[in-house]
Amino acid sequence: MKEEKIIDQNISQTSEAHGMPRRDFFKILGGGIFIFVRPWKVLDFIGLPAEQARGVPKDYNAFLRIAEDGTVTCYTGKIEMGQGIITSLPQMMADELNVSLERIKIVMGDTDICPWDQGTWGSLSTRVFGQIMRTASAEARGVLLDLASKQLGVPVSQLEVRDGIVIDTKDSKKTISYAQLAQGKKIEKFLDVKPSMEDYTKFKSMGKSYNRSDSAIKVTGEAKYTGDMKLPGMVFARILRPPSHAAKMTSVDYSAAEKIAGTKVIREGDLVAVINEDRDKADEAIVKIKAEYSFNEVAVNDKTIYDFMLKADSNAIAIRSTGDIDAGQKLCDKTFESEFHDPYLAHSAIETHTALAQFENGKMTVWASTQSPFGLRENIMRELSLPADKVRVITPFVGGGFGGKGEFQQGIEAAKLAKLAGKPVMLMWTREEEFVYDTFHPAGVIKIRSGIDKAGIIQLWDYNVYYSGTRGADAIYDIPNTKFTHYTQKSGAPPVHQFGTGAWRAPNNNTNTFAREVQIDIMAAAAGTDPLEFRRKNLKDKHILDCLNAVAEKFGYVAGKSPSGRGIGIACGADAGAWVAHMAEVKVDKSTGKVMIVRIACAQDMGLCVNPEGATIQMEGCITMGLGYALAEEVLFEGGKILTHSLDVYNIPRFSWLPKIDTVILDRKDQPPQGGGEPAIIAIGAVVANAIFDATGARMYRLPMTPERVLEALKKI
Amino acid sequence: MEETIKFQLNGKQTETQIDPAQTLLWALRNHFELTGTKFGCGMGFCGACTVLIDNEPVRSCQLAVAEVAGKSVVTVEGLATNGKLHPVQKAFVEHDALQCGFCTPGMIMNATGFLMKNPSPSVQQIKEGMENNLCRCGAHMRIIEAVQTASKELKGGK
Repeated sequence: MKEEKIIDQNISQTSEAHGMPRRDFFKILGGGIFIFVRPWKVLDFIGLPAEQARGVPKDYNAFLRIAEDGTVTCYTGKIEMGQGIITSLPQMMADELNVSLERIKIVMGDTDICPWDQGTWGSLSTRVFGQIMRTASAEARGVLLDLASKQLGVPVSQLEVRDGIVIDTKDSKKTISYAQLAQGKKIEKFLDVKPSMEDYTKFKSMGKSYNRSDSAIKVTGEAKYTGDMKLPGMVFARILRPPSHAAKMTSVDYSAAEKIAGTKVIREGDLVAVINEDRDKADEAIVKIKAEYSFNEVAVNDKTIYDFMLKADSNAIAIRSTGDIDAGQKLCDKTFESEFHDPYLAHSAIETHTALAQFENGKMTVWASTQSPFGLRENIMRELSLPADKVRVITPFVGGGFGGKGEFQQGIEAAKLAKLAGKPVMLMWTREEEFVYDTFHPAGVIKIRSGIDKAGIIQLWDYNVYYSGTRGADAIYDIPNTKFTHYTQKSGAPPVHQFGTGAWRAPNNNTNTFAREVQIDIMAAAAGTDPLEFRRKNLKDKHILDCLNAVAEKFGYVAGKSPSGRGIGIACGADAGAWVAHMAEVKVDKSTGKVMIVRIACAQDMGLCVNPEGATIQMEGCITMGLGYALAEEVLFEGGKILTHSLDVYNIPRFSWLPKIDTVILDRKDQPPQGGGEPAIIAIGAVVANAIFDATGARMYRLPMTPERVLEALKKI
Repeated sequence: MEETIKFQLNGKQTETQIDPAQTLLWALRNHFELTGTKFGCGMGFCGACTVLIDNEPVRSCQLAVAEVAGKSVVTVEGLATNGKLHPVQKAFVEHDALQCGFCTPGMIMNATGFLMKNPSPSVQQIKEGMENNLCRCGAHMRIIEAVQTASKELKGGK
């Protein structure tokens, strides 16, 4: 095999710091042309805001391979959990490489053969990783054209590529395929700078709709999720869980559990588990363990948490301000003070956190349902004192994540248990474990003081968010006098959040958009202005205006002062680089308080939309999932215990809730692609709240908008 | 404690030595290695483990394998015939009626059983028939469309 190394600049020879030495994966993967990209430089070039680039390693961490049979493989640390990048990433590569989609394979989430990745979250796969892969693909095309130029004796400028075949434009008989060019070679190219990417007018694949490439195996049961893996000698584990998060075990008696046929109890410190080849027997055994615990009663509950937050000793962090809010106050004809409450939410993916661990010949291999295979690997390395090359995490299909599988406690537990048990251990959390050990969407309070002048122009915006995060807290409106303050946990003060909290689809933004857009609606109503007109009057952002206009057209919006009795609501916002506007029509049963959503329309500007079909599915999914937090979802807790720990009491959206859904994606092929998996969920709480107001005159300040809360709000009119 | 249990599994007569108290879900997944049937909650609330027993959609986590003795069990692996997708599976693919795909086998089995009883359902009836199968990704709209399409194809005898 002929070995060539084309080296650009500043080469770090390997990604060994992050795992397997490259020489090893070449052994596994064989020959061909390899393109490595250092995303740091690409990110600079595509001008991503610094906060998005944070956490991206400075190592070479994306690569593709053109194999000797001409197939192109993308190796990515990203994972597929339903969001559809298994389809859209190859589309992005196809256009840069000028090959058909069928020639592209994708290998995801295997820490031994995929380059390091921070995790699949934040709608970063397309707008950041996708851009990196496009860069790598464009570079690969360049390498191939150079090789073809030498072999055909024709200058590069005279060559073009059609579906993996390089053709001399002056003599169409002179051709050579990518497969022929890659044969017998091992070329590594390290790329630091961005070569020119294909002009959008030349896209053949990007911007076209493709059905999901994984659906055929998902409808037959063939697709493998972590729980579907099986190894010789594998046992199922169940872990003994304390009655509440804060409880400490004082005594344990597992003699009765050991009497269940085939059961073994394993223990390391507070980690106590039963293992059995039969999962039902493990379930039977775990409840036979008698344990006692000590714990301090937790006084705060799901009703008192908001007051607790407001009274807690916190850090008040000034996010930013414009103008002078005292001066703004003086310009106001009317001012409005509101307090919004948002509860804890569970992720409730249908697949519970699952991991299979095998410890063999000193190497730990863990198959896990995780959004962060490399994060899990690093944690296993730390917890089990293993070096990087002795831990491999493999990510099969993930059965829904929504941010919840960015955490991977189950993977660490399975690894520990496999080492203790001396055999492969399958750990599939029960639904109750899923609800209790979830990292919830954080509860929060938002207080807003705002005001308008006589002309209906917003002059004042004093925005205070308590403990629920700032993503989406931007005003988006053009307000001369603003102040934004974030109240956060003070170190040394008693913890405000009683449980683990984390990212929940469009983290923080659902809360912030709810509060902001309801407050805007309050002012529009007080000004006696149509709520769409009020927004148009107070914001200049062209992206949002375009979305508002597009959704109004799709919805067939007719202007009217709210409350009009029609039950029509409006809300808009920005998330993950994209912009959205929603309109909804609801019916409210004033005797029961029950809200029925008749229809929701959404317009989204997400820059270049790589796969409109996939993006539409995500928008529909966001809208449908959003109905849950708008109408019903709430984690209830008392005395430190989670009370909503099964799917009959924690209500996620069902078929009967489904409104008519209409979506519009604005044509922005000339713009870089943005996030699409989260934006359309951010305004669902607000659009429904504003529609309830339009129907009834009842103002909703509290999520979820259950029938009881709607009745309460109706009484206050 | 194992017993011989005979039943029809995906069209084939099956005789197996198994603990009769084992749930059908885990018997299918672990003993028969048919992992298309998913564990979602183990309490009968989500429907991810739905299979057909004598053409009735049943939650396999809620009954012991002994209870299917003499009956016919069909799992998602048994729907396609001669490599040809069942019309319900085909419609799910055509409509992209899935995202993560974890609830999909249960959705497909429930829809298949539902359409056997009600070959010409209205949208309202489809919603009622599918109501207790949970999907977190929000594929509901497309699942309804897929069930409508499958209903037409099944009636057309294609």
